[in-house]
Amino acid sequence: MVTMNSSEKAAQKACQQGPSRDSSKYVKEEKDKDKLKDMKDGALSNLPPNVQALMSTIPSPEESPNYLIYKKMEAIIEKMQDENTGVPVRTVKSFMSKIPSVFTGADLVSWLTRELHLEETWEALHLAHLLAAHGYLFPIDDHNLTVKNDNTYYRFQTPYFWPSNQWEPENTDYAVYLCKRTMQNKARLELADYEAESLARLQKMFSRKWEFIFMQAEAQSKVDKKRDKLERKVLDSQERAFWDVHRPMPGCVNTTELDPRKLSRINALKAKRLRQAQELILQHNLKNNPIVTITNAQESEEQIQKKNAENTVKENGETSQPEVTVAATEVEAKQKGSIEQQIEAARRQVAVLKARIERRNVRVSKVAEMFISYCEQYAEYDAFLTPPEWPNPWVSDTTELWDQEKQCKDPLPLRRVRRWAFGLRELLQDPAGREHFAKFLSKEFSGENLKFWLAVQELKALPIRRVAARAREIWKEFLAADAPSPVNIDAASRELTRTKVESGTADRYCFDQAQAHVYHLMKSDSYSRYLRSEMYKEYLNGSKKKTSVKGIRSIVSFTARKETSAN
Amino acid sequence: MAADTAVAPTPEETLESLLREAEALKQKLEEERQKLNDVTLSCVAERLETINFPNLKLRRVLKGHQAKVLCSDWSPDKRHIVSSSQDGKVIVWDAFTATKELTIAMPSTWVMACAYAPSGNMVAAGGLDNKVTVFPLGGGGAGDEEPAARKRTVATHTSYMSCCVFPNTDRQILTGSGDGTCALWDVESGQLLQSFQAHAADVMSLDLAPSDMGDTFVSGGCDRSVLVWDLRTGQAVQAFDTHDSDVNSVRYHPSGDSLASGSDDSCCRLFDLRADREVARYTKESIIFGVNSVDWSVSGRLLFAGYSDYTACAWDALRAARVCVLCGHEHRVTRVQLATDGTALATASWDATLRIWA
Repeated sequence: MVTMNSSEKAAQKACQQGPSRDSSKYVKEEKDKDKLKDMKDGALSNLPPNVQALMSTIPSPEESPNYLIYKKMEAIIEKMQDENTGVPVRTVKSFMSKIPSVFTGADLVSWLTRELHLEETWEALHLAHLLAAHGYLFPIDDHNLTVKNDNTYYRFQTPYFWPSNQWEPENTDYAVYLCKRTMQNKARLELADYEAESLARLQKMFSRKWEFIFMQAEAQSKVDKKRDKLERKVLDSQERAFWDVHRPMPGCVNTTELDPRKLSRINALKAKRLRQAQELILQHNLKNNPIVTITNAQESEEQIQKKNAENTVKENGETSQPEVTVAATEVEAKQKGSIEQQIEAARRQVAVLKARIERRNVRVSKVAEMFISYCEQYAEYDAFLTPPEWPNPWVSDTTELWDQEKQCKDPLPLRRVRRWAFGLRELLQDPAGREHFAKFLSKEFSGENLKFWLAVQELKALPIRRVAARAREIWKEFLAADAPSPVNIDAASRELTRTKVESGTADRYCFDQAQAHVYHLMKSDSYSRYLRSEMYKEYLNGSKKKTSVKGIRSIVSFTARKETSAN
Repeated sequence: MAADTAVAPTPEETLESLLREAEALKQKLEEERQKLNDVTLSCVAERLETINFPNLKLRRVLKGHQAKVLCSDWSPDKRHIVSSSQDGKVIVWDAFTATKELTIAMPSTWVMACAYAPSGNMVAAGGLDNKVTVFPLGGGGAGDEEPAARKRTVATHTSYMSCCVFPNTDRQILTGSGDGTCALWDVESGQLLQSFQAHAADVMSLDLAPSDMGDTFVSGGCDRSVLVWDLRTGQAVQAFDTHDSDVNSVRYHPSGDSLASGSDDSCCRLFDLRADREVARYTKESIIFGVNSVDWSVSGRLLFAGYSDYTACAWDALRAARVCVLCGHEHRVTRVQLATDGTALATASWDATLRIWA
């Protein structure tokens, strides 16, 4: 039977609400923070609203991607701490002493499985481990923040130490903490090896102010000693867990680290917004400066000059005035510019929206069918759905699959040749397919379309230095009046291309229209004739004969699948 | 124009009326799109058999980086991988034998992006230095010189370079940056060929369309939007903005008609270019960490995603159900990428390793 006396309650309270250290440095720090905030607020209310708005947009910790995760975890933790439906927290008697406010790993894992509807235990265990690694709960006597699905005891961290408070503690704080631990000669507070090493390193680093650090540690230790025994146990462990998050044991993950890209982003944003705010403050100061009254755009220049003159008299001729006015008008011009920019942006947005409404779209039901038929068509090429014709190199440790592909011997594998019929893109992507198609076209005396298309593809991939010269060559070969292999395109496209090439400003995309035209021609005409041609069929049959029994089986199953899906 | 007469509206009024118009248009657009949203993809896909999915197994572990691996890319030869890490090293691996072939020390740390050229004879890398540097590999004609000695700086952004990809040629490179722009560069001269500006915040990811001409690409960024671009004109031609947080990864469906994205909102989404809308969402209540990277299987049936919770998983993209979880990494998974022939999946992680699954 578990009963709770008052001290246990206090311990429980500490667990849920945070430490009640009166003079501990954390509280002090928090007060400092509050003070700082007050100062900021005070300063803010003196500023014009636009600056206030800007200051409030300086990326707060809330914008950091880690914060999003913290909030989601905290929602889970709060549910977990519910008195009735949460994880059962108890005080356990062991030999001579009591272990206050703990729960078992098994209880935790089963709670997570139940509440989050997880199918498998490992998932709950993994999530529990992540909650521990982020410092929301911790094993009561282990620096390694992880969770085991057994009767090991765990405790909740106080919200005060949650990582969402953006701690970023300093090395001096760590030094004070480690130093304090050495003053309490209790077995459970003994420093681990890596902590002792850190302490030695820090002592070297802060040798000059070690006395100060030592005094702080002593003061904290004194406060701690006055506390109730059980409450102390809880608080000590929570403080330890806090440092296990921020100064993890070697080999453990530091979960407070940020994605370098996101970190760079936050830093850049801070710098940018600070600059803007400073500019606005400058402008604000200029506005409120009794000397400079030029900020109202409606005031005529005459009036301004008059006022300026008056001010000059009053202030006994300050020489810096003209400069200040210039600065003020500059800021104003910038502001005007920004309104124009906003108008421009809004115009663009309206145009984009109009275009989107105009756009003809396909129904989702139709799109879904297309997704499914694509998957069915390509399933036999997906190594994760259909085993490849030769063993997967990564599974079998043989490179047979790659060697076969490289050899590129006739006849090609059936799968590969069949793929050419899926679309012109597939045919042109495969070098062998391209070659075969070219052969077919030359038989038909219409090889120039493909040659032209390939030449333009090559042009687009050239270094910029060679583009203009190559464009002229392509023009001469395919499009000029006396071209040796003329390509048939409409007059408008030809004219457009001609002006571009002849003006010498030919860029990589000058044949764009012509190329699209030719591609369309090939797709709708030559390509469909190629697929129906004896030449392709023979090639396909050639591969079929050579294909192993295994390959044929896969084709049979594929066509069978297709039939069932068509029904 | 009559705007010059006395009743010309003030800029503020113009702005306001424009914004009102935009709002009305947005509403109308939503209505129009809703009309076409007659059924969900997962509903239609219910008639499909569930995938009898053989669990992917760990086949190789690539150890050698001293710090977080931030990016990786498969070589077109299907067995080499280039990876970049936070300690400023770029490593070229023979993933098949799990050995390092080459280590390149970059001038700055935090190499956030790297890419293999289509020829397999060059790699590009960059990051916090705001640049892309290309390194020729193997017999580049310059004798036995180290690749680092033959490097060339191609692109310079005004903020960190977050992603890069060669657009089907060794001669150009497409980059995305923290300055909110994407840019196409001429590798030989370092000249800027085209700049792409429309993102309101940092660009995180890029992918090139597998279309017939290869003239479009897609980007995702911290403004939560996914934009489809025309490489030729530099204009954004389509936009999707339903994510609730930074979009970390975008990848074209192999058909080129749709794209998948992964975001810090712990959700992957499927956007269709033909329907011009989101058609599927891949998420679970128990998934609370952000998605860092996504990639497709060859048939577009499986969507792989790498998460900040140290796992990667495969989704049945049609039925919107999770079919397999890859556990083993000990820190965030920053990159998942299918080998060029689809026979294996590579994952890169902050635990300083890369892993190959098949």
